[in-house]
Amino acid sequence: MSSNATATVVRTGAGSRFVIYTLLALFCLYYLLPLYVMVVNSLKPLSEIQAGGMMALPDVWTLAPWKSAWSTAQIGVEATGLRPFFWNSIVMVVPAVAISTVLGALNGYVLTKWRFRGDTIIFGLLLFGCFIPFQMVLIPMARMLGLVGLAGTVPGLVFVHLVYGIGFSTLYFRNYYQQFPTELVRAAMIDGAGFFTIFRRIMLPSSGPIAVVCVIWQFTNIWNDFLFGASFSDFDSQPMTVALNNLVQSSTGVKEYNVHFAGAIMAALPTLLVYIVAGRYFVRGLMAGSVKG
Amino acid sequence: MGFLDIKNATKSYGAVKVLHETDISIEEGEFLVLVGPSGCGKSTLLNMIAGLEEITTGDIAIKGQSMAGVRPADRNIAMVFQSYALYPNMNVGQNIVFGLEMHGVPKPERDTAMNKVADLLQIKHLLDRKPGQLSGGQRQRVAMGRALVRDPDVFLFDEPLSNLDAKLRVDMRTEIKKLHQKLKTTIVYVTHDQIEALTLSTRIAVMFGGHVQQLGTPKEVYDNPANMFVAGFMGSPSMNLFPAKIAVENGKAVAKAKLADGQDATLPFPDARGFERHDGREIILGLRPEAITDRDGADRNSQSVHVIDAHVDITEPAGSDTFVSTQLGGKEVTGRFRADVDVHPGQTFPFAINMEKAVAFDPKTEERVS
Ligand SMILES: Nc1ncnc2c1ncn2[C@@H]1O[C@H](COP(=O)(O)OP(=O)(O)OP(=O)(O)O)[C@@H](O)[C@H]1O
Ligand SMILES: [Mg+2]
Repeated sequence: MSSNATATVVRTGAGSRFVIYTLLALFCLYYLLPLYVMVVNSLKPLSEIQAGGMMALPDVWTLAPWKSAWSTAQIGVEATGLRPFFWNSIVMVVPAVAISTVLGALNGYVLTKWRFRGDTIIFGLLLFGCFIPFQMVLIPMARMLGLVGLAGTVPGLVFVHLVYGIGFSTLYFRNYYQQFPTELVRAAMIDGAGFFTIFRRIMLPSSGPIAVVCVIWQFTNIWNDFLFGASFSDFDSQPMTVALNNLVQSSTGVKEYNVHFAGAIMAALPTLLVYIVAGRYFVRGLMAGSVKG
Repeated sequence: MGFLDIKNATKSYGAVKVLHETDISIEEGEFLVLVGPSGCGKSTLLNMIAGLEEITTGDIAIKGQSMAGVRPADRNIAMVFQSYALYPNMNVGQNIVFGLEMHGVPKPERDTAMNKVADLLQIKHLLDRKPGQLSGGQRQRVAMGRALVRDPDVFLFDEPLSNLDAKLRVDMRTEIKKLHQKLKTTIVYVTHDQIEALTLSTRIAVMFGGHVQQLGTPKEVYDNPANMFVAGFMGSPSMNLFPAKIAVENGKAVAKAKLADGQDATLPFPDARGFERHDGREIILGLRPEAITDRDGADRNSQSVHVIDAHVDITEPAGSDTFVSTQLGGKEVTGRFRADVDVHPGQTFPFAINMEKAVAFDPKTEERVS
């Protein structure tokens, strides 16, 4: 990919190149504008926003809105700030992502290297699970969680995301392992390695790119989820997204826009970080299955 | 009962039978080569011995013990794969001892074994490299090392040389042969290269269409092919096969084959081959190129060299020999002449035919006639 960066397919003239870059710059600006607005307004006192200077840089720079959003703002009935909900989200996302990735890898391993009668049907059903709209499962899922005593808890949310995540993570790993040479698995079998040893010692060490793709995908989806969070959590198990909504809704009297902006950035920050750290592997991993070499 | 017994084994995928009833018994220390064209079931049979493929019916036994239900790891076999199948995340040393580690051999012993094998194969300087940093030939050696270190009862090789270039292939072939002579371990070796089969094996199983066509020593398979498939497959250039007719003249059997000018060439069979009882029968006569040569190149020990004058169609100098083609029975027939024979296309030239080496086949069944 990077090796042929210098070899452009079509040679463009300077004029048309200027037009292209100008257009791209404009698009970039258009996309970055909201981010600019959020950052700028989260760093100024409310009075400046009310005075109508949305686009202007702050006259007085302040971190007060961030502090308020984090630890003192009114969420629903209590003035706890977003902090407890941020931890709720972390405690929900980390196990959900980790477990769904590991299970997806195991599923992909079995579906490609330990094939059995009916394996394609099972894979088809898992895939089908990916594309069932969230809304359809809300009521059955609520009933299920109630029955097993997980309703309104963080483990309950972990479970829901896990079930939804496995379809995608299995799809990723199955397609990746399809390209993985079966002779390696056979060689390891003859060498005396068992099912899990082969998985751990042979498959996993070569699974870096697809694991990154899977983790990013699951992390952003689960972190950003609002519907399941709103449906299956109680006040003290709410994830960040739901709490942010409550923050914006529950402000009595004046709307503290600067605090809302700060809260919104906080809610978006983890996914942003994941992309910045691992984004390049994301593209690489997605390409790895489709083209070789 | 042999060291490795394949007893009436078959393999089917659903309704498709890819390996028909196969019986092979191998003695300890033998080098059996399974050879045949692509898709004939060689790898399938090898994988069945390894335990990587289920046996549909029949049985395979090693040292008299049935391998039914025995895991590949517990069969005390080692295998070298066509793609080498080196673990990409481990270095050469780790690759070699992985099997020992899995079988619970303690580290000091593993290291001793690794060093011994690395010495034997001259790969000591590569031990810390990853497979991705090796050339094809080096990978091949490492794959061999991984098999050797286990000191197994049987080595299984699936086309181990087919990914190497021609020169390296010949070198490695010699090395494998040397290794076998040194270690005397039983080997089952798959290839589609008949030269590899002839040079390496103590016995060859020629396979085609899921059937073992012939099982025998290289000499048996080469000199006495059981049918036309084996005759055509083994040997390069391949055996000349052309239509002829058996006749009895003066109480002796001869083969009559049409020359280019429409005349019959008369080729007397050696005595005591019993062809007299086939008087008048149409056959396909098989003659290896080296059984058709110039007058002075002919085998002096043969009692049955017969010279015919035939029209030279093509000459192909090949360095050590010159291949000379003519027409017999309406087919192009190639002889192997000495390189310095002065022969040119268009000439009529004496061809010395060694009928001791002639074989006959039935044109319909393609089986041997004797
Ligand atoms: N999983 C399978 N399902 C159905 N048919 C199969 C399967 N595996 C192999 N076959 C068929 O079995 C036959 C024998 O295959 P095998 O791999 O043993 O051939 P081979 O002699 O090793 O050929 P090559 O020289 O190309 O490696 C082939 O016709 C192949 O199509
Ligand atoms: Mg094969």
